[in-house]
Order: sequence, then structure tokens, then C-alpha cells
Amino acid sequence: MAKKFLSGNEAFAYGIRLARPQVISAYPITPQTIVVEKLSEFVEDGSLKAEFIHVESEHSALSCAMGASSVGARAFTATSSQGLLYMAEGLPYAAGGRFPIVMMNANRSTALPWNIYGDQRDSISQLDSGWIQAYAENAQEALDLALMSFYIAEHKKVSTPFMANLDGFVLTHTYEVADVPSQQQADEFLPAFETENKMSLDTPKNLGFSAGPDTNTYFKYKEHIGILNVKEVVREAEERFEKVFGRHYTGLTESYRTEDADYILITLGSISGLVREVVDKLRNQGRKAGLLRIRYLRPFPNEEIADALKNAKAAAVLEKDISFGNEGTVYTNVNSALQKAGISIPVSDYIGGLGGKNISAEEIEGIFSSIAKEKTVVEFLGIGGEDSGG
Amino acid sequence: MTEILWHGRGGQGAFTAARLLGEAYALKDGSYALAFPSFGPERRGAPIRAFTKLDSKPIGNRSEVKKADFSIFLDDTLFSDSAFDELKPGGKVLLNTKKKTDDPRVITIDGDSIAGNYLGMPITNTILLGALAAVSGLVTVDEIAQSISLSMPQRIREKNINAVAAAYEEALQ
Repeated sequence: MAKKFLSGNEAFAYGIRLARPQVISAYPITPQTIVVEKLSEFVEDGSLKAEFIHVESEHSALSCAMGASSVGARAFTATSSQGLLYMAEGLPYAAGGRFPIVMMNANRSTALPWNIYGDQRDSISQLDSGWIQAYAENAQEALDLALMSFYIAEHKKVSTPFMANLDGFVLTHTYEVADVPSQQQADEFLPAFETENKMSLDTPKNLGFSAGPDTNTYFKYKEHIGILNVKEVVREAEERFEKVFGRHYTGLTESYRTEDADYILITLGSISGLVREVVDKLRNQGRKAGLLRIRYLRPFPNEEIADALKNAKAAAVLEKDISFGNEGTVYTNVNSALQKAGISIPVSDYIGGLGGKNISAEEIEGIFSSIAKEKTVVEFLGIGGEDSGG
Repeated sequence: MTEILWHGRGGQGAFTAARLLGEAYALKDGSYALAFPSFGPERRGAPIRAFTKLDSKPIGNRSEVKKADFSIFLDDTLFSDSAFDELKPGGKVLLNTKKKTDDPRVITIDGDSIAGNYLGMPITNTILLGALAAVSGLVTVDEIAQSISLSMPQRIREKNINAVAAAYEEALQ
């Protein structure tokens, strides 16, 4: 392993190089651009032997990745925001075709108003597309996720595309230390991609077919089971990962000081680091705070959330997302998990960080103070705009 | 945590300096750093800010630095009294200027002259980094040289390393 000072995008690109994809098709978009630039440099300097296909749009990028996957190639693409929405038609197509493509999405706000900064409304709007969705907290996790994503997506029990999400700018453009494993270690962890779900002259198959009312439910049910199997396969992948690289991950969620916590904040992505610091500060003051970080939004960690919250007095969700006309989507999902488990505690929703707005430590402390009132609210953090005539 | 705020104009390399500092510091075991620019579109000549955070434990707060231990100006036309509002108590401004000041909060260095001698162009980012090493002790000249060797193009490595060493010596005085 080698310690390097890398941005989130660069770390992810190193992880992808170690995974040896055979086809990369991508269209650049801020703040994803650097990951595909870096990969094109790797292909040019010969350190990555892959076909790098310059496509004319995100729709083509994903179509191209599907084509590659359908002949049994390991395929990677990357996008962000408007680009993800432009390829939206292809997302359920790839999932329904059971093509285990890996895509990095640099989380960015969606227009209008036009905005290049980070929030998670882009990926969360595509939760129902059938893709696995994971969210990295820092550059090291991003690199490790790049490697693990192929293992999980390509697993026979899963065979489902994987969207790895990195918060735009605060993660994609921030430099920090990451260990870059050796190719030998990566090869030990990640086997070559083998699938029966491919075009082959020896064993011809019908791919990308129609399925009418008689059989459609069968295929959709199988798709659902495939992504539910991720829970078990993530555990297997992480155990294998720890054996090879020595780094430990905790499945669909990560609990931090939740065991005896009265008040738990649930969040995802790079803001978790700051929440962890606030939890430590509150603990030093004798307040029983905890953090539950959601690492995978699909499959949704229903049992993990219920287990972490079963002894809490109240909780809140902090998310960079709003389903207009209702509430944050993470919140809706969390409430469903608790309701199914028969847990009835006040849970509030805080919508923050939209369009890259900073979320401060003081605001997070404020959320913990509000949770302690044990009432349920749905609120936006720092609406602002008054100074600009809003 | 030690927090450094970098001020420059697009093209002067403020973010490169922020990143080199983070790398020089964090390559030691048990040291952590974050380095990032003020995010968004960049224009040559427009004021930009960059940030380095250094600590002995992982850094969770990815927000911009509001109060700095060191606030560094690559360009003295960007400096004004409002700079002191962004300093922690005891924090220092490190200013690239030919002018002198009696203000104890401000350390000046004539980085442009060093740049003229060593780089042949008025780019002072690594020079101010060398000066910071001298006045702060956060990193050594060798550690900066290592980070330059790891991430700067070969053709400008050696002269930048020499410029760092010269700035370090001058700032010690």
C-alpha cells in the first residue's frame, strides 16, 4: 500500500484502475470530470488496459456500458446531476437487464435554479431505478468502494448495477490522505468478471427481451431479490476486503456511539464526519448523542436502522434531499423501517445542504437540541435568501 | 487543529500551495490533513481562497476555514484590515509584499524577489509555503520538498524546492 494525498475523485479513479475495468464510457460533467480525466490518463499511459470510449452524451455513456456488459466485459461509467437525469431512461434498463455496471455519481444539485454544487437530490430521485446505491464519507472509503462495488455488483446472487455516490466538491474535490493498495492485493480481492448473462456464440441467449403481463412480475421479483441479496454479499465482500487490506467496514450502516444513545442523528455521505465530531463534543458534556450513518440507500437497511434506534428516545434525519410536496425521501424510508419494526419514537427531518449550502457544527448541535424536545418536525436548515430579496 | 487560509488570484497557485502543505504534513504517520479550494468556477486573476486543515486525528469538518492560525496572502492587493477578523487569537498574517509593517500580527516577506531569483516569474505559492514552514514549524523544508517531488511536474520541481529553501532561510531572520 502507498499513502497518497488525493481528492475524492482521484481516489475513486485509483480504485477503478485497481479493479481493471475493460470498458470505460463517460461524458464529463462538473464535479465528476476529474475521475474520467484521471482514468483517461491511466489508459493513455498504459497503466490501465481498457477501452476508453468518448461518447456524445450520458445517455450514450450508459448505453455503451450496457453493450460492453452484455458481452461479459467489466464496465464503468461516471456522471453527476443533469447527466444522471439524462441517462435516466437507461437506469432501469441496465438494472432490469441485470448488467453489473459500476457508475460513480458525483452528487450535485439539479436545475433549476442552475447550480453546480453538492446535494443528493440527483441520486435520490433515482432510488427506484433498481440500482444499488452507496454513499462514501471520505476519499479512503471512496477508493475502497470502487473496488468493492464490482465484487458486489457482479456477484452471482446480485448481478445488479452499482451507483457509488460521492458528495460533489466537499468530497470529490477535497484532498486528503488515502492508502492506495497494490495491484497484487486488488487482484487477490477482486476476481475477474465471469457471467452467464452475456452474448456468446457457444451458449446463445436472448438478452434485452420483452416480457408481457404473464412473466413481467417474475422478472421484477427476481430483480428485487437480487438487490435484496446485496445485504448478505456486502458482508461477504467486506470480510474478504478486511482480510486482504486490513480495513474494516460495517455493512449497510455505520453506528457511532448509538448503543446507549438517547438521541440519534441519521445521515449519509461526507457530512457524517462533522456529525461524529459534534457527537463527541456532546458526549463530553454528558449528553447521550449518537450517529447512524446510512452507507447504502438501496438495498435499504431496514433492520439495521430499527436495531440502532430501538432504545433511543428520539431521532432525526439530516438529508440533502427534498421530495417536493412531501418530505425528505430518506426520512420517509426511515419511518417505514421503524413502523415495520413497531418502534414508535419521535423522528424529525432536517433538510440541509441544498445546492452546496454549508451545514455547520452549530446547526448540527441545534438539531440534537431539537431532538431532545422529543417532538416531530420537518424543517429546512438555513433557508436564507432574504438578503437577495427573497 | 491548525487551520490555514490562503489568499491569491486565479493562476498564482494558492490552491497548489494549500495542497502541498497538506501533503507534506499528512505523509507522516498519525497526521491528517484536508486541503481544498473555495469551490466553483475559476477565473485567472480573480481573488480565490484555499484552505488547509492539519490535525493529529482524522478531520471530520469539511467546511471552509472561518478563523485561521495563519492567513497567507500571495498578493498584497488582496490584504486589508478585514483579514484580522479571520484570525484566531494569536493568529498571524503572512504577507507577500515589498512593504514593511510594525503590526505584530503581520509577518512580511518579499516573495516576488525570491521568485525572480529562483523561478524567473512572479509566482510565490511555494515561496510562501517555505516561509510558513519557517515561522510555524508545521512542516520541514524536506517534507515540502517531498510533496513537491510527488506532485509537481518534473521541469519545475528543483527550482521550486530551491525557492522553498531560500524563503525558509529568509523568513527565519
